[in-house]
Amino acid sequence: MSPSARLYGLMAEFEDPTSLVHAARSAREEGYQRLDAYSPFPIEALDEALAIKHTRLPLIVLIGGLIGCLGGFLLCYWVSTTVYPLNIGGRPLNSWPAFIPVTFECTILLAALSAVLGMLALNGLPQPYHPVFNVPSFDQASRSRFFLCIEASDPKFDLNATRALLGDLGAIEVSEVEY
Amino acid sequence: MKDRVQESASDSTITPPSVVGAGQTFASVTDKISSIALARRTPAGWFLGAGISFLLTMLLMYTIGYLVLTGIGIWGNNIPVGWAFDIINFVWWIGIGHAGTLISAILLLLRQQWRTSINRFAEAMTLFAVACAGIFPLLHTGRPWLAYWLFPYPSTMGVWPQFRSPLIWDVFAVSTYATVSALFWFVGLIPDLATLRDRARRKTAKIIYGMLAMGWRGSARHWHRYETAYLLLAGLATPLVVSVHTVVSFDFAVGIIPGWHTTVFPPYFVAGAIYSGFAMVMTLAIPLRKFYRLEDFITLRHLRNMAKIMLATGLIVGYGYMTETFTAWYSANTFEEFMMKNRMTGPYAPVYWSLILCNILIPQILWWKKARGNVALLFVVSIIVNVGMWLERFVIIVTSLHRDFLPSSWAMYNPTFWDFSMFIGTIGLFLSLLFLFIRFLPMISIFEMRTILPQAEVHEAAD
Repeated sequence: MSPSARLYGLMAEFEDPTSLVHAARSAREEGYQRLDAYSPFPIEALDEALAIKHTRLPLIVLIGGLIGCLGGFLLCYWVSTTVYPLNIGGRPLNSWPAFIPVTFECTILLAALSAVLGMLALNGLPQPYHPVFNVPSFDQASRSRFFLCIEASDPKFDLNATRALLGDLGAIEVSEVEY
Repeated sequence: MKDRVQESASDSTITPPSVVGAGQTFASVTDKISSIALARRTPAGWFLGAGISFLLTMLLMYTIGYLVLTGIGIWGNNIPVGWAFDIINFVWWIGIGHAGTLISAILLLLRQQWRTSINRFAEAMTLFAVACAGIFPLLHTGRPWLAYWLFPYPSTMGVWPQFRSPLIWDVFAVSTYATVSALFWFVGLIPDLATLRDRARRKTAKIIYGMLAMGWRGSARHWHRYETAYLLLAGLATPLVVSVHTVVSFDFAVGIIPGWHTTVFPPYFVAGAIYSGFAMVMTLAIPLRKFYRLEDFITLRHLRNMAKIMLATGLIVGYGYMTETFTAWYSANTFEEFMMKNRMTGPYAPVYWSLILCNILIPQILWWKKARGNVALLFVVSIIVNVGMWLERFVIIVTSLHRDFLPSSWAMYNPTFWDFSMFIGTIGLFLSLLFLFIRFLPMISIFEMRTILPQAEVHEAAD
């Protein structure tokens, strides 16, 4: 078994967000494409540095909300006009203004559920195992340290050259990430 | 304007406005907040507080047991006062919950950074308050084991809910609110649960936090979607919180009872909800920051801002009272006029005037800057407002019902022991849940605290 077959990538550790953003941008400028950054809080500048595409999440939420809206209204409409019509003094069965609160609540409920479930699904969570956790110092990624991982599947990945690049970019430590 | 800012900063009696204490780092913020949840030793004060709350929860359990076995006749409400403590407490608890959503959603959208250290426990407060609120209408149905009849489902009885009734709107509003609050709270917790997973020493803690964190690893791509989801949730929760208390006020406003049938109810209820909610956040935050020494995170600036919001919403509530009184007179409706006179001079007049004292007069002290900087005073005022808002619902519900159109059907309402035990019991449940929460979960959002540190800024000029 060759060593690179068992290798997920190279993980570089940085001390502050500025060096992480700088390193991410430089690595991309060097031509690396398969890389990800890990940080203890969201860093807006990374989106641009890593060329992260806009997420489809808002569209999912919109669709969820529309389904909730239609579903909520049709529920009221169907119950009040078809399955359980109550004739009270000849008032219209489709009394739509009275259906607005339920329609609204269903819209919010479905939109919120699609926001959360959509975010988790697009992120591939829950994920019980991921190779990055094999790096001993990675527990600092949720505390005070910033990480950049160049993955071994990147066409430009070369163990020594990539390691040297990460070192040049100011990493305080570069470690191999094994599967 | 600038001079005033400088003036307040140089005033030695008042600390400069900051949302986080000086000298904090990513590591120190993380360690300080996570250590409370991960500490091996539970402080003795926690056991004392949680113990008392637990006893009160047992009182609630006992009351519910007795209530279910006997029936709601053990309560004091009867015709004409068919709604009393159960609905007062329901509205009171729901209202308290609203500040949590307001802080986490609306202040997020308004980019108010100071919300960061109070949003987490305010959200937890929302969740627990909604849980307490839900108990009351559920038990007031009389047969809580049939509560699923409230939901539309194809039953063999062929009966469906009446979608034109505010009571069924309430079912949808409150259950949606509970679900969305829980989602919002949990999504906010995910990165912090990952921190706890990584910081925990004990194996069971590691496993439990690990499962809850769902494998969160702080990837930039994940953060991107996470931020989008969080912002969308905030955008959805904002109209939701307004709709929930609007629907709650419809429970009254759609009825024809004098004192209920008024269009000012929705905005006036929403303002009252925010008012009481901020009072409750303050009531909880002040002892918490003292006990856990979190003065660096929940600073005087937070308390002062909350005091200002309380003052503003309190004035809106006061305006609501004025409008009610004015409408009662201007409508030239005998019953409305009588209702208002009865409130002010009738048998429940002491309750009405205590409400005015608690909600309108005493909070005016917050106009003074010195008062807003006095923590002990803020604590006392926040409790007074909590009491005042409870009295407000008592006045709205009981004084309107006990003397309506026909003098022959007038009666007084007398709460029984079980009314009080149920109310105090839910306070116990609320505090028990809160004690468990502060013991096992980070009560301040750690990752959001990191973002507001000066070190979190990215300096791009280096290239």
